[in-house]
Amino acid sequence: MIRTENLAKSFTLHNQGSAEIRVISGASFTVAPGECVALVGASGAGKSTLMRMIYGNYLTASGRILVGGVDVASAAPREIILLRRRTLGYVSQFLRVVPRVPTLDVVAEPLLVNDTPHDDALAQAKTLLERLKIPQQLWSLSPTTFSGGEQQRVNIARGFVYPYPALLLDEPTASLDPANRATVLDLITEAKARDAAIIGIFHDDAVRRAVCDRELDVTLFTPEIVA
Amino acid sequence: MTPLLQVENISKYYGRRMGCADVWFDLYPGEVMGIVGESGSGKSTLLNCLAGQLTPDSGAVRFDTRADGLRDTVTMEEPERRMLGRTDWAFVHQNARDGLRMNVSAGGNVGERLMAVNARHYGKIRNAALDWLDRVEISADRIDDRPTAFSGGMQQRLQIARNLVTGPRLVFMDEPTGGLDVSVQARLLDLLRGLVRQMNLSAIIVTHDLAVVRLLADRLMVMKDGRVIETGLTDQVLDDPQHAYTQLLVSSVLQV
Amino acid sequence: MTDYNFAYLDEQTKRMIRRAILKGLAIPGYQVPFASREMPMPYGWGTGGVQVSAAVLTPDDTFKVIDQGADDTTNAVSIRRFFQKTAGVAVTEATAAASVIQTRHRIPEEPLTERQILVYQVPIPEPLRFLEPSEVETRNMHALEDYGLMHVKLYEDISRHGHIATAYAYPVRVEGRYVMDPSPIPKFDNPKLNMAAIQLFGAGREQRIYAIPPHTNVVSLDFDDYPFEPTKADHACDLCGASDSYLDELIVDDAGGRMFMCSDTDYCGKRRTNGHTGAQAAPTGEDAA
Repeated sequence: MIRTENLAKSFTLHNQGSAEIRVISGASFTVAPGECVALVGASGAGKSTLMRMIYGNYLTASGRILVGGVDVASAAPREIILLRRRTLGYVSQFLRVVPRVPTLDVVAEPLLVNDTPHDDALAQAKTLLERLKIPQQLWSLSPTTFSGGEQQRVNIARGFVYPYPALLLDEPTASLDPANRATVLDLITEAKARDAAIIGIFHDDAVRRAVCDRELDVTLFTPEIVA
Repeated sequence: MTPLLQVENISKYYGRRMGCADVWFDLYPGEVMGIVGESGSGKSTLLNCLAGQLTPDSGAVRFDTRADGLRDTVTMEEPERRMLGRTDWAFVHQNARDGLRMNVSAGGNVGERLMAVNARHYGKIRNAALDWLDRVEISADRIDDRPTAFSGGMQQRLQIARNLVTGPRLVFMDEPTGGLDVSVQARLLDLLRGLVRQMNLSAIIVTHDLAVVRLLADRLMVMKDGRVIETGLTDQVLDDPQHAYTQLLVSSVLQV
Repeated sequence: MTDYNFAYLDEQTKRMIRRAILKGLAIPGYQVPFASREMPMPYGWGTGGVQVSAAVLTPDDTFKVIDQGADDTTNAVSIRRFFQKTAGVAVTEATAAASVIQTRHRIPEEPLTERQILVYQVPIPEPLRFLEPSEVETRNMHALEDYGLMHVKLYEDISRHGHIATAYAYPVRVEGRYVMDPSPIPKFDNPKLNMAAIQLFGAGREQRIYAIPPHTNVVSLDFDDYPFEPTKADHACDLCGASDSYLDELIVDDAGGRMFMCSDTDYCGKRRTNGHTGAQAAPTGEDAA
């Protein structure tokens, strides 16, 4: 479902003396449907970078990223937009929302853009928000004023409300208490059960061991530092 | 899939000075393209060339017309282009006064495009105007007031209603939030977002405000000195800028 | 030198005006620019109409002049005498007897025939002028048939007054193409614009000529739910009793007493000669002035 072939990535900071920072080289791996693979490695090794490359948020210098048959590295913008709508979900580390949109609408959106009837979409969003213990009185408010933990749960709700065949999770349990962590694990397990291919970054060992089938050490793809 | 707009090698010179040069891109139905750049980057020149307000010195702007498929609007006859401008296209000016008739009532402003395409029933025209005033959150009792009595934000919303009443498929916007108070801008952007979604509009938005493109645009073109120096998905261009100028632009935005 | 060329204008000027007239007839309702001449009367007194009449008159014509329907106002009399002197043509007050009729702001009540020419005096030929001050832009609008703005004007009227408030110079669409100002005739006269005679419109100060050939389709602009109504005072003529003619209202005393009379003096006179009387009629023959 997700396959990368020989990915490379570097950043060139033109305004700082054109410093070139090579981050990834030769990254090749596959994630099968129903599998959850954890990206591990020291902070700064490129875990988030790799995830953003798969999502199309970062450009890929060379190589291919095949998600459901589409090569994200070379696809046209509208193909990637379509992919993100139908196939590839992304729960980032921080909730980024359009200001002033109520929580319920934020969560329902992935369903609405996929032509789910309005009432149906809201109902599903409510169910998920209840599961993640977001109090009802917050549903009509914009999540921009919520606590870190609440924002993260809204983020997760939005990521899981639509049954994406492929999911990218960046520290999904970071700000959560044990009860909510457990809920998230359930959600991941359910996603696996419907054959979603999942890549995750979990700094919590217990969580990682609970849901992930294998680990991928990103430092394997760190380029040699030229002396 | 056929692109809605196919822009090929558009260039415009003012004497020997370059307005914009060598612009190529395709726009598909439902896509919103942002064009950013600082003053003098050529973005407004480009927009005006695309929208038929200026004649480019070279290049083609092909639009997927309902009747005849892709047609080059640069070489189109004036009556046809005007018809396009009244039906399938819309242009939202930065200054609402440029896009409204200030001596005509709000209802008349909104109804004009309908009357220009042969709407001949006063009651229906008025109802359509009321409907659209509601959608842009202008109170119905202002329908007979002239735009001179409106605030800047209201004038801009009226301009949007006036443009969208005939259900265009492509909207050109030139700094739609320019000159408005921040809270008014926010409201306008929300409105535009909603309308773009509901009506499955394609849009080309020129702005110098990166927050506007984050909010509204799927794709982004960065212009400098008349040329497009970077293009791609909005989030990609802003999060992983490649060109020196783009990096400078992105890093210059104040985080609030 | 006291001799004038026939009808005052020189032959070259007449040819120029005739070319404009022919073009106007070929494109009904389209305003043709022409080189308006200095006439022995100021602008605003009918120089356009006079130039058109001068260009179409032939020695065999019989000429009638009306001003708001009356043959005997100062200006009607002056223009009639002008052509008597410079063209030597026969003149008449009887509509049916005239071959060329010059009119200011009215169409005769009596239907005209294919033998006749009606020449209108026009102050402002451009129907869009009050909404769009730019001549360049209005010319574009006519060329591109971009007439949305015309209906906006009518829309504004209804929204402000509850009905279309234009009472005269009511805009029309000619042969489904050009929007035209029929000159300041009352809207009551608009249906008559569909007639058998040739209609020529002359604007001297604005230097435009336009025309409607015989039997041309002329439609007054309106909305489906606010249809055009050729209204007039809800009264009959107090002199001849006609209920279907356009009426002038006359205040007759200090107490506000009024009477209504046909604006078309020839029409009214003819009816009275034929025995019709109105509520305040004098005996047939000489009528009260």
